[in-house]
Amino acid sequence: MNLLRRGLLAGAALLALGLPPAVAAPRQGGAMTVTYKDDVATLDPAIGYDWQNWSMIKSLFSRLMDYEPGTATLAKDLADSFEISPDGRTYAFKIHRGVKFTNGREVTAEDVSYSLNRAVDPKTQSPGASFFHAVKGYDEVAAGKATSLSGVIVVDPYTIRIELSQPDATFLHVLGLNFASVVPKEEVAKYGADFGKHPVGSGAFRLAEWSLGQRLVLERNKDYFKPGLPYLDKITFEVGQEPLVALLRLQRGEVDIPGDGIPPAKFLDVMKDPQYKSLIVQGHQLQTGYVTIKNTIKPFDDVRVRRAVNMAINKERIVRIINGRAAIANQVLPPGMPGYDASYKGYPYDTAQAKALLKEAGLAGGFSTELYVNNTDPNPRIAQAIQQDLAAVGIKASIKSLDQANVIAAGGEPDQAPLIWSGGMAWSADFPDPSDFYGPILGCASATKGGWNWAYYCNKDLDGAATEADAIADPAKADERAKKWGGIFTRIMEDAPWVPIFNETRYTIHSARIAGPDDAVFVDPVHTPINFDVVYAKDAQ
Amino acid sequence: MASYLARRLLQSVLILVGISLITFALLYLLPADPARQIAGRSASADVVASIRHQLGLDQPFYLQYLHYAGRLLTGDLGRSYVQRTDVASLIVARLPPTLLLMVGAITTELVLGLGMGIAAALNRNTSFDRALMVLSFVGVSAPQFVLGILLLYVFAVRLGWFPIGGYGSPQHLVLPALTLGILGAGWYARMMRSSLLDVLQQDYLRTAHAKGLGGAVVLLRHALPNAILPIIAMIGLDIGTFMSGIVVVESVYGWPGIGQLTWQAIQRVDIPIIMGVTLISACAIVLGNFLADLIAPAIDPRIKLR
Repeated sequence: MNLLRRGLLAGAALLALGLPPAVAAPRQGGAMTVTYKDDVATLDPAIGYDWQNWSMIKSLFSRLMDYEPGTATLAKDLADSFEISPDGRTYAFKIHRGVKFTNGREVTAEDVSYSLNRAVDPKTQSPGASFFHAVKGYDEVAAGKATSLSGVIVVDPYTIRIELSQPDATFLHVLGLNFASVVPKEEVAKYGADFGKHPVGSGAFRLAEWSLGQRLVLERNKDYFKPGLPYLDKITFEVGQEPLVALLRLQRGEVDIPGDGIPPAKFLDVMKDPQYKSLIVQGHQLQTGYVTIKNTIKPFDDVRVRRAVNMAINKERIVRIINGRAAIANQVLPPGMPGYDASYKGYPYDTAQAKALLKEAGLAGGFSTELYVNNTDPNPRIAQAIQQDLAAVGIKASIKSLDQANVIAAGGEPDQAPLIWSGGMAWSADFPDPSDFYGPILGCASATKGGWNWAYYCNKDLDGAATEADAIADPAKADERAKKWGGIFTRIMEDAPWVPIFNETRYTIHSARIAGPDDAVFVDPVHTPINFDVVYAKDAQ
Repeated sequence: MASYLARRLLQSVLILVGISLITFALLYLLPADPARQIAGRSASADVVASIRHQLGLDQPFYLQYLHYAGRLLTGDLGRSYVQRTDVASLIVARLPPTLLLMVGAITTELVLGLGMGIAAALNRNTSFDRALMVLSFVGVSAPQFVLGILLLYVFAVRLGWFPIGGYGSPQHLVLPALTLGILGAGWYARMMRSSLLDVLQQDYLRTAHAKGLGGAVVLLRHALPNAILPIIAMIGLDIGTFMSGIVVVESVYGWPGIGQLTWQAIQRVDIPIIMGVTLISACAIVLGNFLADLIAPAIDPRIKLR
């Protein structure tokens, strides 16, 4: 009674002072349950490359670099310190001493070297191999002419030097990718191609159980080298759970995080429900949804036509179609990405001006074209809205609603898919750097058959400017570099190879019994979707 | 009998070879590029070509098929492109839950379907008969996805009688088995009713009654064994229907079986899994029909296997 009265008095005093009640400090212990619809593909860090296994792998392995939780700010992970040579071609890392794999062996520079070489070895078939293209010897290894990267040099057990064939300002980000995770050679040799089902790393958690199609259980790595982390003793991932069923189980207190998010059919109900208000975390994805305009197909080789398409589309209506789960985009880069220009206005929605531009291009009577779209909801509905908008300025677009694989295949051909709505296949950043939004999707090298530059846009001047920007490797000049990239993307928009439509917003709903040091860890831009290392249970004993 | 078995076995092998060839050809014609899928979106054309070569995807169609068929003979169903693990081990891990679900669904079909059919036939042209037939019609017509969600919502969420999806206890089995079995139960009820009505009008039943046998004995010893024959043949065919049904039911209830594996493989265009599951399903259907044919003479001695 006495205690209760004291608690009430303390609460009243805080309220009187206008202060929020104190939040309990995170404590180690407790467990949480996360559900997913699909089984986890693999936990091999050289291979796993989907949004579901990405953060699991992040928590199972360590790598030289990582990010501050909930942010896109680079931080050291296995690296104790590093130095970059003035020409930006050599990176020297000192490795944290005493870090252990969960099999008990100490992590050394040899392991870092082995892991980088394994990631680029063609036999590994890693989807991330090409991220290491700047490392000396990459081309030889990729071509099968060499077995190891000549640019990766072990100086001593705790020092590694990496030499690049060209300066690459994104290289620290590359070393923060899962593909750069450090794996023990002996465990890879033991399990061979099935290492992804028996992962052994030096991350915050270790895999304790994996019942195919049913559940994965991660347990706290008691030897983890970062003091006090992780907070949770155990995370259970239950797979095969439909998002709707997961939401019902969250309501019953059986689930802490429905990993696939709020099902679209229940989105508005959940958002309106006051009981969920404090449990929903909202965050930006480093992603842009766009329409590509194929520069190699007439009349889209005329910039005036491409600009007219940009002005004809009502983006506000499209955002309404997806229940407002996005912000309107006016440029290629998403908000939060270095180089994003908040002052840039983009093309206005102006049908009169669009018609005038078409007239100027000799197309006053309009023309016919095709709009390709992935056939899963809501994409066909979005395509219909775009079709109506284009019709209003005289462009008759017939919709080709196809399976995703067909759309991707047509996008990679120079004479097919004049327009593509990117929904379901849109580019999202591998790491928070603007160059990731240029080379693979807008650079000249990717304007090839089977590539992802579906606009077949190629501006050699911009390729040169991009190379110059990426040569600014000094972290102290990050602002200068971001400005350069901003300029590149403004010039891209002048050429209008895309119509940027929206930047999707991420929503994570979680139970009231779990929390993070900051809500942003539930929509982490790098540990996608959630940074499990710093989530804690409020009821931990 | 021996020649019948040999002929049926040969037919089964030919059917399976045909199915494997057609499925392989259809998947070959898909525009999806597994090498590009594995290489990742940023890979250069050289890297993609190297992976294509490693997987043997740069070989002509017939060679690819022959290699696949050759590996099949050794029990190797290939490796998943996405999960990077043996397809056979993935299927083996998922098989027990699916078999359990099928047993549950067949039990539902038989208990509900035969029970309703017999009750309707014995109460012919009454309101009870009509009510049962309307009910069976609903069972046949209700989409499994809708039925699954409905049962889940009412009996698991609202009433709390069963767990909300998942696997591991007899309680977990009830709703998925009911959802999967209700469709067949509807058909069985209608078939059993008409088959039993047909048999009940036969002369030999009139004779049985005339010689003083009780109604229950006539029904159980003379009428039902004859009326049930078409149903037995149907159970064999049902395995095929189940294979499509489990994709939906396992997804709704989070049941970790073959259906869920198939659905995920289709979404991820994981061709080796799709191929492996198709072949295993085809084997199950062929085997089911084969067993149904073998069981029929045991129930009705007039049927001879020739």
